[in-house]
Amino acid sequence: MTLALPTVRARKRRRIRRLGRLPLTFLVGGLILAASLVLALVPQLFAPYDPIAMDYNAILSPPSWAHPFGTDSFGRDVLSRVISAYSIDMQIAIFATTGPLIVGTIVGALVGYAGGLTETLFGRIVDAVISFPFLVLVIAIVAVLGPGLGNMYIAVGVIDWVFYGRLVAAEVAVQKRLDYADAGRAMGYTPARIIFRHLLPNAITPAIVYWMTDMALAILLGSSLGYLGLGAQPPAAEWGVQIADGKNFMSTAWWISVFPGIAIVVTGLGFSLFGDGLAELLRTKK
Amino acid sequence: MALLSFITRRLLQLIPTLAFILVVIFLLVHLLPGDPASAILGDRARDADVARINAQLGLDKPLPVQFLIFVKNIAAGDFGDSIHLKVSVASLVADRLPVTLMLTAMAALIALVLAVPLAFVAATHRGRFSDNAIRGSFQVGLSMPVFYVGLILLTVFGAQLRWFPVGGFGDTFGEQLYHLFLPALTLALSLSAILMRNLRAAIIGVVDAEYVDFARAKGLRSRLIMTRHVLRNALISTVNLFGLQVGTLLGGAVITETVFAIPGAGRLMIESIYGRDYPVVQGLTLALAVVVSLTFLLTDIVQAWLDPRVAR
Amino acid sequence: MSALAKTHLEPALSVSNLTTVFQTAAGAVTAVDSVSFDVMPGQVLGLVGESGSGKSVTLRSLMRLVHAPGKVSGRVLWQGRDLLSLSPGALRKVRGGEIAMIFQEPTTALNPVLPVRIQIEENLRAHTALNGRERRARAIELLELVGIPAAERRLDDYPHQFSGGMKQRVMIAIALASDPKLLLADEPTTALDVTIQDQILKLILDLRDEFAMSVVFVTHDLGVVAGTCDRMAVMYAGRIVETGSVRQVFAEPHHPYTRGLLGSVPRGGAERTMLTSIDGTPPSLSAIPPGCAFNPRCDFATERCRAERPALEPFAAGRTVACFHHARVAATGAPA
Repeated sequence: MTLALPTVRARKRRRIRRLGRLPLTFLVGGLILAASLVLALVPQLFAPYDPIAMDYNAILSPPSWAHPFGTDSFGRDVLSRVISAYSIDMQIAIFATTGPLIVGTIVGALVGYAGGLTETLFGRIVDAVISFPFLVLVIAIVAVLGPGLGNMYIAVGVIDWVFYGRLVAAEVAVQKRLDYADAGRAMGYTPARIIFRHLLPNAITPAIVYWMTDMALAILLGSSLGYLGLGAQPPAAEWGVQIADGKNFMSTAWWISVFPGIAIVVTGLGFSLFGDGLAELLRTKK
Repeated sequence: MALLSFITRRLLQLIPTLAFILVVIFLLVHLLPGDPASAILGDRARDADVARINAQLGLDKPLPVQFLIFVKNIAAGDFGDSIHLKVSVASLVADRLPVTLMLTAMAALIALVLAVPLAFVAATHRGRFSDNAIRGSFQVGLSMPVFYVGLILLTVFGAQLRWFPVGGFGDTFGEQLYHLFLPALTLALSLSAILMRNLRAAIIGVVDAEYVDFARAKGLRSRLIMTRHVLRNALISTVNLFGLQVGTLLGGAVITETVFAIPGAGRLMIESIYGRDYPVVQGLTLALAVVVSLTFLLTDIVQAWLDPRVAR
Repeated sequence: MSALAKTHLEPALSVSNLTTVFQTAAGAVTAVDSVSFDVMPGQVLGLVGESGSGKSVTLRSLMRLVHAPGKVSGRVLWQGRDLLSLSPGALRKVRGGEIAMIFQEPTTALNPVLPVRIQIEENLRAHTALNGRERRARAIELLELVGIPAAERRLDDYPHQFSGGMKQRVMIAIALASDPKLLLADEPTTALDVTIQDQILKLILDLRDEFAMSVVFVTHDLGVVAGTCDRMAVMYAGRIVETGSVRQVFAEPHHPYTRGLLGSVPRGGAERTMLTSIDGTPPSLSAIPPGCAFNPRCDFATERCRAERPALEPFAAGRTVACFHHARVAATGAPA
């Protein structure tokens, strides 16, 4: 068995060589995400002002040295609010998607391995769930549960796992027909061991790549709900809430809405570039 | 003939999907935590009022009975009455949904008009400047939230340049088209980005196909080769994707209608949520889900028509 | 092999110095290197070689069907015009109308989403003045000609509704719709069962007589060459290494590579074998050895072969070879 294993040193050498050939999208996306994470973890290190402190002497002031992104209608510093919003919006990206990733992967693996009636039934559930406009269903659930981030996570979680489940189920269904799965069965491994130790590592790639896209979508969704007043609640700094704060001042004080929007676009780009690069990387590895 | 039996089969598949949609809509209000009656009336509601609302919503009966009544009512076209607007949900939906459908149809059309030619340019100039420029700008478009795009277009082309109205909906069809142009463009942007990306990849996959070489070897004009041989094959997967994106489009319409103050189903949905008008939320969710299911059916038929191998 | 090799005629197609270079990230790759040959009217020329020898690219280069980043140079004279410098409009008239091409794999060469009627009629529309009704009649006639049973009923069928051999017949019908004078056939029988191969080969020969066409037949199958071609040109690593009439080359190969190829065909039998009995593998086109490209695999190789590349030169009537030691090769006789 040890015969086919490359030596540790050879593996390390290969890893170093690969680093130079990383896709550009992967590097740029990774850089944006790393910066976003730092801003999300320690916004107070970078925000020049308290994001919710009002200054009635500096209401609606345009971008200046004192306030690079200007101030809003309460005199709050827009830059500080954009920076501290990283905490909430990155949290949305991670919290809203990680649960569905885990649940969907487990369910998808079991469904894909079981096949037959289970797979057909799951297919019907998927059909029905994708028949709902995602945002409409999330809004409807939030409407019943009440506005707020916690309820938004629940609403997203109830639906979103289906998408991961579909990806993983399809991939596991392919993998289980390959020889190595038969070998596992022949060696008397339990189905659980075959599924989670052998099939899943080979089948999870599409789900991981989708996870990146999904996090970008989660930020769009979270900020949309914030904009509609159904997500993060004021005075918390969240990009969607900020854009809503500035929507009546677009002609006179554009900076209130425009800068948070740019933050959304940049972060979203970070996720999708990183996802594209990751997909390319995993593809070439295969 | 094959197409006809395919459509029949596909219609039969619609039944379990619709049944499941009904269950989800029902559970939405009846199973999720939270008591609709007190949610509607607020925390200081008197017990008598709660009981009255519960009776009005049929919430005092056992769950399976409630579901049967729910299904029976829907089959009879009765979606209940709006709590605040005092009219039937069915008439509200019938009144507002066409506006949303018109908006999304316009958006879909604009998205196609943008995506198809640009995908062609990008695919045929692969790796060159125009390809990268097109892909880059669409990637940015894809990362922009709908409400943000809408707000910017509204400010620039509505409030500042005054080329378009800043909201509302006209009376004549022409006026309506004019009013819906900016919102439809807003909605079209991310869809066109998704379609462009997919179609570009599909075209690249097809232009090197041997049947395209064979078409060239036949001495056909390049325009005929591009439309009949390349585009038709490339569109097959894009049509499928288009169907899957209609849900996203309708979700986007909810936001767009709010931003542009368009009296459609989406804006009604948000207003009903603010007003905790559950029968309306329920009715609208059902209506939108049915619209999506029917679009899936339609795109499947188009796909089967484009690709004879599907309808075997 | 009819008596069509009338040497006093002008060649129908005259190719000289055809060179196709692919500019890749790893440098320029020459897939076709200064290839020259003539095809007489009514003649069937076999272009023979292993996969990767450049024979298919040669065929595509003639019709300017090479994909980017491939660049074609040289001269392809067809009825007094150089196809490589023809305007797009004039080239369109030649393609399909005067020169037709059929491919190896009918499943990928037929458009899966169009009924065969459209795929035949678009050819007729491009090259004839027939009206709609006449085109339909001609399409039926063509399908009958290539041996599709119940041709009229199958006109609106899609490619996937035909079997492999029938698909190949359909492709031939489409290619020949506008009465071409030259058929370029790129391994048209490789994807088919052996029994169906023979039917298709016979069909192509019959159609050659029917249409009075010349044919360039690309194949790696020497049995096919023996059964169908008048002349043959053997390709190795992008160059032609030997030409001659099929009878002459089979009787007395002058290039060691040809000799090796013939050695892999069981003598006297109709059984066809893949060309695998030569030691070693053909070189990658991006790493062709200096000197004669065949030298690392050659039993006759000398210092000169490793330093200098032999040119393709005539050594007898109708015969050319690119080998310094061809006399010695011929004298050695057929391999055991």
